[in-house]
Amino acid sequence: MLKLTVNGVAHTVDADPEMPLLWALRDHLNQTGTKYGCGIAQCGACTVHLDGQPVRACQTRIGDIGAAKITTIEGVSGKVADAVRSAWRGLDVVQCGYCQSGQIMSAIGLLSENAKPTDADIDGAMDGNVCRCGTYQRIRAAIHEAARSLA
Amino acid sequence: MLKVRQATPPVPSRRAFLGGATVAAGALVVGFTLDPAKFARAAAGPDLSALPAAPNAFVRIAADDTVTVVIKHLDMGQGNTTGLATILADELDADWATVRTTFAPADATLYNNFAFGPVQGTGGSTAIANSWVQLRKAGAAARAMLVAAAAESWAVPASEITVESGTVRHAASNRQARFGELAEAAAAQPVPQEPRLKDPSQFKLIGGKVPRVDSVAKTDGTAIYSLDIRRPGQVTAVVAHSPRFGGTVKSVDDKAARAVAGVVDVVTIPTGVAVLARDTWSAMKGREALRVTWDDSAAETRSSDAILADHRKRLDTPGLVAAKKGDAAGAIAGSAKVLEAEFTFPYLAHAAMEPLNATIERAADGSYDVFAGCQLHTIEQAVVAANLGVTTDKVRLHTQWAGGSFGRRATPGADYFAETASIVRATGGKAPVHLVWTREDDMAGGFYRPMVVHRLRAGLDAKGAITGWEHRTIGKSIMIGTAFETMIVKDGVDATTVEGASDTPYALPAYRFEVHNAREGVPVLWWRSVGHTHTAQAMEVFVDELAHAAGADPVAYRLGLLGGAPRLSATLRLAAEKAGWDPKKAAEKGRGLGVAAHESFGSYVAMVADVTAEDGKVKVNRVVAAVDVGVAVNPDVIRAQVEGAVGFALSSVLRNRITLRDGVVQERNFDAYEPTRMSEMPVVEVHIVPSTAAPTGIGEPGVPVLAPSISNAIFAATGQRLRSLPLDLAGLKGA
Ligand code: FES
Ligand code: FES
Repeated sequence: MLKLTVNGVAHTVDADPEMPLLWALRDHLNQTGTKYGCGIAQCGACTVHLDGQPVRACQTRIGDIGAAKITTIEGVSGKVADAVRSAWRGLDVVQCGYCQSGQIMSAIGLLSENAKPTDADIDGAMDGNVCRCGTYQRIRAAIHEAARSLA
Repeated sequence: MLKVRQATPPVPSRRAFLGGATVAAGALVVGFTLDPAKFARAAAGPDLSALPAAPNAFVRIAADDTVTVVIKHLDMGQGNTTGLATILADELDADWATVRTTFAPADATLYNNFAFGPVQGTGGSTAIANSWVQLRKAGAAARAMLVAAAAESWAVPASEITVESGTVRHAASNRQARFGELAEAAAAQPVPQEPRLKDPSQFKLIGGKVPRVDSVAKTDGTAIYSLDIRRPGQVTAVVAHSPRFGGTVKSVDDKAARAVAGVVDVVTIPTGVAVLARDTWSAMKGREALRVTWDDSAAETRSSDAILADHRKRLDTPGLVAAKKGDAAGAIAGSAKVLEAEFTFPYLAHAAMEPLNATIERAADGSYDVFAGCQLHTIEQAVVAANLGVTTDKVRLHTQWAGGSFGRRATPGADYFAETASIVRATGGKAPVHLVWTREDDMAGGFYRPMVVHRLRAGLDAKGAITGWEHRTIGKSIMIGTAFETMIVKDGVDATTVEGASDTPYALPAYRFEVHNAREGVPVLWWRSVGHTHTAQAMEVFVDELAHAAGADPVAYRLGLLGGAPRLSATLRLAAEKAGWDPKKAAEKGRGLGVAAHESFGSYVAMVADVTAEDGKVKVNRVVAAVDVGVAVNPDVIRAQVEGAVGFALSSVLRNRITLRDGVVQERNFDAYEPTRMSEMPVVEVHIVPSTAAPTGIGEPGVPVLAPSISNAIFAATGQRLRSLPLDLAGLKGA
């Protein structure tokens, strides 16, 4: 039995410590907002926050998490999260939407560290998040918009 | 512990959709009075004119004022749910804030796609086009019934009643009622069969800024995709497939797989060996421990290079004639100049973000519930029924939001539905089966855009005018051997192999288009814009070459050939104007503009790409697009689809290809088949041609023109012609 704190709630999970956090969230804790896209750290669909830092849940073994706090798209909150969500909605960024949990978690990570990211900063922080629907132009615009609204 | 939740909203009972208007718990359900004669025709064949166009079971109005629009299509990101709801809500004069949507069950009598005949399904950019009149009538009929109910209860003439934003009013007597208050009485009114439709000048939502209905759920983690379905007691299945297409299971040693913690069963099915487990991770570990020996005697064991060489050899021989006019060979022989070109195109995987998956659950009465991103609903229903030995009425489809598709979720044989059903059957329906294809399964699983070669020859006279055009294509037919063959294939020519070429709008005095159907064991399928993915590149690059050979401006040269295609011409002119196209401006070294224009699925798109090309590297800086899709139901969604088409297609222009070594797919994940990333995304500008023509689709038509606009821009920048896809950037070195 492993203890995991997800979105402020303590859970115990009966699973192999080698299991990636992605599958523990999706299959054991029914937090399906975090998505599976590649399983090999190439797409970012599984991005969650570990103590506020974006990580790839498909590469994070549950046995290694310890007391770190896990935040997922379902639970992420605060000023930056609100600004990002509202920019995403205002610009109708989503298409299929499948990558967007990860995009949003990465964008919140970026804006939490860097209040006024340049295009190059956005490239750097977001290049690991694939959007097969190609919504990049709006993602970029939404990040700038969120930064403006937070300023 | 495997905890489970009810992941999907209950689907309205099928009964509520049938018959005329019925009252269900105070709700108005507008239905169509079934005419058995019409349904007999609808079932018999694809005679579109015979199908009922009258209001159908598309809208429900509840006592709490919510208006629920029933969506008969799959929304894989293209935003059709928003557009379809908009069309109905506008005719209804609904308050957009009260509009909800729900996905329809499988039912070919109510929800068929008029473009597909008796089949319910989504594809070919038809969702808006085939629903346009149907949903307008459904909305207008419901509005008329609300008005009739108000007129009756207020004892005033219906003609004096107005409707605005979900409220019905009689100004003279100062009375008004909300939709919800009238819903029950309205349901008792007769359903008008030919309700009056709005004049386009009266549209309030159509053509305006209507936000997507799925933006909120897709930004807070609550949108449910079929991979998120969690049914009580479900088990997750991962399948070991033959590494070669057409291979079958010879023998299985599942001892080690069964010993993996969490694995509950291992079963052999027609497509491989399924490992069932309590969670996805355990199923994947179980599969790794499986030892399967495959029988490759009927498998495709060639490498893609060998298949390509075979294609090219066959291109030396005459093919089936897809279209011809005059004596093209003779005309070319007498020309002042003759140009020849060859274009090759690789297999492409769709690689939708959400890998393929489906869930099937057996109900206590022996019927089944299917949860998936259903794209060919009634075919999928029939395939599941056949695999489970029940009639189709025992199979209920629950369509979910799909994490992309680009065509892959719609297979004429409903491949992954059949696979899920076969696992349910092999396990006796004991537990709901949640089939998951990993990214590797999805990418190596076939159903690719076919590998295609085009060979072209054209002559120019002394003035640079085209004299004749010869064009030979080879690729595996998508349609032959499927249920769609009789609709699409004529005399062996599959329209989806030659569309966009043999029906070119360019005025050619003499031409001959020939096609070979390739013989190979790799399963192929439509890939976002189907045949246009390669024909547009061949046509638009070659026309560009002819323009240059003629010493003409590429835009002007095209316009000169497009006299019979006014909408494509206007679209091309708009793109050129907005991009600042200037024939007199000399190209900077290493930077150039390229243009392409193409019609697909009844929509017209032109693009101008601005590209920097240096040292074997290409950066697409900006793409200016113009589109004519008839009435623009939702301009912002249209712009988004074109922006997305650029992002989607760019990686197929720059690098994506699926290759086989001795029959085994080499690219298995996003590392080897890398989608476009943020830093590569050009600025995309989209301009919409104003139009009152009936709306057409935009899910696909943005794709075909991207590659040729980039190829042509690279020529402008470097003087080098890169024809084949993906572009041979190594060949640019030293540019
Ligand atoms: S699923 Fe983790 S990066 Fe793709
Ligand atoms: S919105 Fe579909 S993958 Fe990003």
